Amino acid sequence: MARKTLIDKLAILADAAKYDASCASSGTATRSSLGKNGAKEGLGSTEGMGICHAYAPDGRCISLLKILLTNFCIFDCRYCVNRVSSNVERARFTVDEVVRLTLDFYKRNYIEGLFLSSGIIQSPDYTMEQIVEVARVLREDHNFRGYIHLKTIPEADPLLIQKAGELADRVSINVELPKESSLEHFAPEKSQPVIRKAMAGVKVRLDDVQDARDSRILRKAKAPVFAPGGQSTQMIIGADKSTDSDILKTSTDLYSGYGLRRVYYSAFSPMQDASLDLPPVRPPLMREHRLYQADWLLRFYDFERSEIDAATTDGMLDLDIDPKLAWALRHRETFPIDVNRAPRHLMLRIPGLGAKTVDRLIEARRMTAVRLTDLTKLTNTVRKAMPFIQTADYHPGGLLDTTNLRARFAPAPEQLALAL
Amino acid sequence: MVHTITLDAHADFEAWKVQARDLCAARIPPGQVRFAPPDRDDPILDLGMMALMNNRRNVVTSRDFMDRAERVACHSDPERYDRLYHLLWRLQAQPSLMRNTVDDDVRWMVEADKAIRRDRHKMHAFVRFRKVGDSETGRERFMAWFEPSHYIVDLATPFFTRRFPNMDWAIVTPFRTAVWDGEALRFEPGGTRDDVPDEDVVEEQWKTYFSSIFNPSRLKVAAMTAEMPKKYWNNLPEAALIPSLIQTAKTRERMMMDSLNHEPNPIAEKATYQPDQTDEDLSPPDIAALWEQVEACRRCDLWEGATQGVAGVGPDNARLMIVGEQPGDKEDLAGEPFVGPAGQILTQALEEAGLSRETSYVTNAVKHFKYEVRGQRRIHKNPSVSEIKACNVWLEREIELVKPDIVLCLGGSAARAINGRPVKVGENRGRVLERPDGLKFFITSHPSYILRVQRYEDAPTAYPQMVADLRKVAALLAA
Repeated sequence: MARKTLIDKLAILADAAKYDASCASSGTATRSSLGKNGAKEGLGSTEGMGICHAYAPDGRCISLLKILLTNFCIFDCRYCVNRVSSNVERARFTVDEVVRLTLDFYKRNYIEGLFLSSGIIQSPDYTMEQIVEVARVLREDHNFRGYIHLKTIPEADPLLIQKAGELADRVSINVELPKESSLEHFAPEKSQPVIRKAMAGVKVRLDDVQDARDSRILRKAKAPVFAPGGQSTQMIIGADKSTDSDILKTSTDLYSGYGLRRVYYSAFSPMQDASLDLPPVRPPLMREHRLYQADWLLRFYDFERSEIDAATTDGMLDLDIDPKLAWALRHRETFPIDVNRAPRHLMLRIPGLGAKTVDRLIEARRMTAVRLTDLTKLTNTVRKAMPFIQTADYHPGGLLDTTNLRARFAPAPEQLALAL
Repeated sequence: MVHTITLDAHADFEAWKVQARDLCAARIPPGQVRFAPPDRDDPILDLGMMALMNNRRNVVTSRDFMDRAERVACHSDPERYDRLYHLLWRLQAQPSLMRNTVDDDVRWMVEADKAIRRDRHKMHAFVRFRKVGDSETGRERFMAWFEPSHYIVDLATPFFTRRFPNMDWAIVTPFRTAVWDGEALRFEPGGTRDDVPDEDVVEEQWKTYFSSIFNPSRLKVAAMTAEMPKKYWNNLPEAALIPSLIQTAKTRERMMMDSLNHEPNPIAEKATYQPDQTDEDLSPPDIAALWEQVEACRRCDLWEGATQGVAGVGPDNARLMIVGEQPGDKEDLAGEPFVGPAGQILTQALEEAGLSRETSYVTNAVKHFKYEVRGQRRIHKNPSVSEIKACNVWLEREIELVKPDIVLCLGGSAARAINGRPVKVGENRGRVLERPDGLKFFITSHPSYILRVQRYEDAPTAYPQMVADLRKVAALLAA
């Protein structure tokens, strides 16, 4: 077999990395390569807001060079394209190759930085050392100040995970499936307790560093740095039988326990050489979307998990309408909400109004009595809000109590496509 | 009479600011002022200027207005400066105008500002540098051609100096060119696409990446074009691949769905990772082995929400064993008992009573953290009787291994666990109790109780009472 070129390896190891949903480059510390007195100190910057440098036809943002160091792996996770029992073509980058690609892409302004993950080769510790080495070379030898996201291997030594956090903007450990029983079945070499312990280790370190920063006497003293972009995780949706309620329970546990910045939901997607006990199906994209919406309600709209749960059927979110609307339809006694008077936490319950729109409305109503036409200036989704609101010149009247209110929003039932 | 103010540059906020302030101070109403940047080509009505010195007033602005105005000056609307002046004028009568987010003029400004910020953001995202060689001093040299929708070159390019100070680069646009040589950012007249080379070897790698990271079973073309509109595609090397990626997506998905793993990779048999397994043993031979057992324990459901099992810490020949209720948030993360706020109270109270935490064995009745999530926090929840019972094997084994002279129970759950049935803390605290098997135990408050009552009338007595209890324990041990 001919030796693989860099492009061959890139094709294999980017393909193998695409099932990881995260590509965020936001929310980290601000860094510049241009010093105070015009000193030119390195390569790269981060300015808080992430940048998506391209979009693939799957609608997903390409912010980082997202690749695996290698897709050889000694784990046999059934849902994973890289599992040991799969016959996919394998490749392995050297540390220098990853560094070269990152710098070449970065200098041409294709990317914000690197998201490096890896199949597990030899041992979790060995693999983690290789991942850390890439980040070290970038940071120390090339003074690279762009964004680095390192996937950490929970089975690796905590010291290596700590080293990863000192070099990276973000570290992440994928929980993969919401329940230990699913993990036992589909990923026999993984275990939730091991994953959670690794997340707890990161959280403790993040807290320590925050305490150390807060208690500095001289603001100029050099502050310790540890993963300023925090930690995140990912769950695969639709591979196992877990319900949306199971998934959201795990999410809330993880957010509250380990201070995660994000839980990513990744619809289980067809892959080459799929395992026989997980035959490929079309990815449940709408389900994934509803989970993100529910996740947002929990984090930014003051919803409790029990409220989301109460708006599910057999633990599953309504695929036809968003979870906030689903909740509102079951709690009509809360409405209509007077947008000129209601407190913010109630305004956030109005279907069709996002947090930003709510804040603008609250500003506007200090100046003027808000009318329905004013609302159309602030949002494109007034139609969705109309049954649930009252303005200076509008009241929904009987609309709120109509029995077919749901049908007003749900897509018309489609004739099932005939299977051919 | 209309005053025409000619502005030399497209994005000339500073010049507008000086003129607008002057005109507004002289009370020249918006209808009588016309700002003409280079892109404004409607006929000039009148070039007359009149003295602006009479009857002047102070001009007020708001920070929000000026910040936005500076950006909006880059907008492609030829009347942007007139509109800004109109808003400035209205601000004199209504200083809080900008907060009226539904006012039409304010809406225009907010929307225009949003368009500018988006355009700037897209420029930061979609500029593609091509390498043109190295300078005499060894600096790499790059060039890019870009077509922004607004006059944002001055606004958007300082970003690239912060990011790429050690490269020489130029970004050419139709109306203005930004040049960085490592020392200063210069602006020159615009150029054409031909000013920039039409290839770079790394683009092949980038295109390979772009097509490999795309997942054909998630085709969402509208989501892509919403964020990467076609007007930018001309200047994105990877965009040339999009049509064929879309076209072949369905076939590629079909192929994947048909490819099933009927023959597992033979390497799997010998290469698969073997994690360490713990066999269940309810009588581990020492404390270290007990920790492993607690970690693997599935005797109740608490492990599933917790990070880890937290067993006892301390010498295995300690004379005093201290038993709390369960690990809390901090203990769950750290994997050690009493390291949070309650632990601090405990350590302090022990010291005051002349007892030492280091020589005691400190543990909990229940080894996993039980909580409920409220908002973003994990709030402690009392363990149920069945959970205390399920965990009792570990506590009893700890007693067998450590053989303490006395067990100090902190609070009701610990007392219940040691006693085997409920005990009232208030009635039984502060004296030695004995189990049928002869184990001596002693009850006092849980330090979390001290923390909780700090706001109530019990507060002044709760802590001293705990210390008094502990002194009795110290006396017993000394006897």
